[in-house]
Amino acid sequence: MTVESTAATRKPRRSSKRAGAARTPKAPDEPQLVQLLTPDGERIEHPEYEVDLTPEELRGLYRDMVLTRRFDAEATALQRQGELGLWASLLGQEAAQIGSGRALRDDDYVFPTYREHGVAWCRGVDPTNLLGMFRGVNHGGWDPNSNNFHLYTIVIGSQTLHATGYAMGIVKDGADSAVVAYFGDGASSQGDVAEAFTFSAVYNAPVVFFCQNNQWAISEPTEKQMRVPLYQRAQGFGFPGVRVDGNDVLACLAVTKSALERARRGEGPTLVEAYTYRMGAHTTSDDPTKYRTDDERQAWEAKDPIQRLKTYLEKQKFADEAFFTGLESESETLGKRVREAVRAMPDPDPMAMFENTHADGHALVDEERAQFAAYQASFADSAEEGN
Amino acid sequence: MAGKNMSIAKALNESLRTALDTDPKVLIMGEDVGKLGGVFRVTDGLHKDFGEDRVIDTPLAESGIVGTAIGLALRGYRPVVEIQFDGFVFPAYDQIVTQLAKMYARALGKIKLPVVVRIPYGGGIGAVEHHSESPEALFAHVAGLKVVSPSNASDAYWMMQQAIQSDDPVIFFEPKRRYWDKGEVDTDAIPHPLHKARVAREGTDLTLAAYGPMVKVCLEAAAAAAEEGKSVEVVDLRSMSPIDFDSVQTSVEKTRRLVVVHEAPVFLGTGAEIAARITERCFYHLEAPVLRVGGYHVPYPPARLEDEYLPGLDRVLDAVDRSLAY
Ligand SMILES: Cc1ncc(C[n+]2csc(CCOP(=O)(O)OP(=O)(O)O)c2C)c(N)n1
Repeated sequence: MTVESTAATRKPRRSSKRAGAARTPKAPDEPQLVQLLTPDGERIEHPEYEVDLTPEELRGLYRDMVLTRRFDAEATALQRQGELGLWASLLGQEAAQIGSGRALRDDDYVFPTYREHGVAWCRGVDPTNLLGMFRGVNHGGWDPNSNNFHLYTIVIGSQTLHATGYAMGIVKDGADSAVVAYFGDGASSQGDVAEAFTFSAVYNAPVVFFCQNNQWAISEPTEKQMRVPLYQRAQGFGFPGVRVDGNDVLACLAVTKSALERARRGEGPTLVEAYTYRMGAHTTSDDPTKYRTDDERQAWEAKDPIQRLKTYLEKQKFADEAFFTGLESESETLGKRVREAVRAMPDPDPMAMFENTHADGHALVDEERAQFAAYQASFADSAEEGN
Repeated sequence: MAGKNMSIAKALNESLRTALDTDPKVLIMGEDVGKLGGVFRVTDGLHKDFGEDRVIDTPLAESGIVGTAIGLALRGYRPVVEIQFDGFVFPAYDQIVTQLAKMYARALGKIKLPVVVRIPYGGGIGAVEHHSESPEALFAHVAGLKVVSPSNASDAYWMMQQAIQSDDPVIFFEPKRRYWDKGEVDTDAIPHPLHKARVAREGTDLTLAAYGPMVKVCLEAAAAAAEEGKSVEVVDLRSMSPIDFDSVQTSVEKTRRLVVVHEAPVFLGTGAEIAARITERCFYHLEAPVLRVGGYHVPYPPARLEDEYLPGLDRVLDAVDRSLAY
């Protein structure tokens, strides 16, 4: 696999100002990406990456993206209605997540950030499980081992090291599974991510670093994180990097599959940069009008990952009207199920605070648990006494 | 703008603006502090007015933020860095503890490290994990650092001025659930010394000592206790390193009872240190053991349980009753 050369490899222009104040202008032309499906829904060839999918498989990817978007929209609405404390929307990143998620084998392991709802979907995690932490009833809410999908990680970049260590373990076990670590363009600035690159290269760990470059880290554009295209960074660590059109589900699938196969063959890590866009706010707490323009969003809307696959399916007559209407009603059913599940999600028992602090127990926690229980009971007693 | 009513967030913002205005060496650094004005808008408008040479959006890397602030300080600047939330200071903890805290001593006092690390901390805003913690004891334990936390708008304004003017590194904990609480700020006043406690309410029967977000809860508890005929004094510590034990001692010698309140876990916390020192200093004055009210030795719980975890009015009053029962 070669490192893609792109228009954006040009050196950043020297500003007349001092370097500290310089801003690298964004390349006006589109960076060269691995692409198999154009924004107009045209199927194109790439010399290195191919996928050969049946119409049914293509419809499957479309269904995944539509349902993921519907789930995401429902969660955003639930946050607005006060049912969730916060939501991190994946709007616009469906292709990156479904493409990479569908490239995985069951025995592969995923280390997500807090935004990988589409990947969770591909792993068979019940979407309602993802909502517990955003509702504030737990800090995770699923067993990572039941779907080989680790808990969401909020501290930026930490999980890339966990992924690397897990991959090192796979090698020690003589297995041929692989690991995918998801992270954002902002995360690429963290020391942990650089250390994960170092370890994975040194130990030849079967890990795919899948960066969704959605152009923003809250309010900071990518120019505030890096001066060379992200995927090129891999080269300095001694493994290949590739930039893929993150709004092209077929390309994301092909590139991730190829990186996973490389990892399985014992050839070590790959950095995949999925070049995409966060269409919504960073989270429901964020106000993107403070830092970005509508024009930018509109330019990216024209590259919508779902619309482009729809155009292709229609042009090729791979899907008929019945498929699309069927999917619409399936979406509504999913939305309803999620809504009802969240509203029915009970607040945890206060005593749950003291559970699972230690696997082998801890005398101080036991003591505080007992004190807390007695304190709680004192209210029940005074209520009974009618005080 | 003497004697203006403003929120804690606004008071901090005004304080930073004043510092940028009066000292060209002052810099603001952090994630999203520029155009966005920080996720809590504490730096709102500063980027617009002072430009990105002074108000610097940094890469998303806390070790980088603090590490480069140290370098800038060595070059004569006075960086005020923002850590976005309490739980995200740990990537920078190494730089703060092994470098920022120790460099002055290692250089035999020949260099200065006037770096302020601002950390919005504490719970009560219904956030997801790592957004509600109170790690102040972890910093207070480290020699070379000063650790403070204002509880009201006036202190927010003045303590920030003093922290920036200090030649020592200051870890400045901002009580995030109080950001929107308003109070009077007199910018012409003579400020209270940075590391000196303040009696926030006079009383004779018992002393409540607290800082940051818990001062308000203690004032409410004192008001509630007054209705039952109990006279509770509230001491706002303001500084967790150093701690003004003299002021606490003066209060306890009067009231003979002390309850220390903080959000952070009680175990090995600030309250433990105060209890030990005050017991040493006031042994013959005390009518009851020093009690502590705080968090439990468990991870900060999910938002729907934080009201159970955080010391509220009832838990403070319960401790007041227990102390008075001795
Ligand atoms: C160590 C750390 N610092 C700061 C934050 C606060 N924060 C949460 S998300 C975020 C931006 C992340 O941007 P990026 O890595 O590009 O991922 P995206 O959310 O855009 O997918 C920041 C600064 C955090 N969660 N962890």
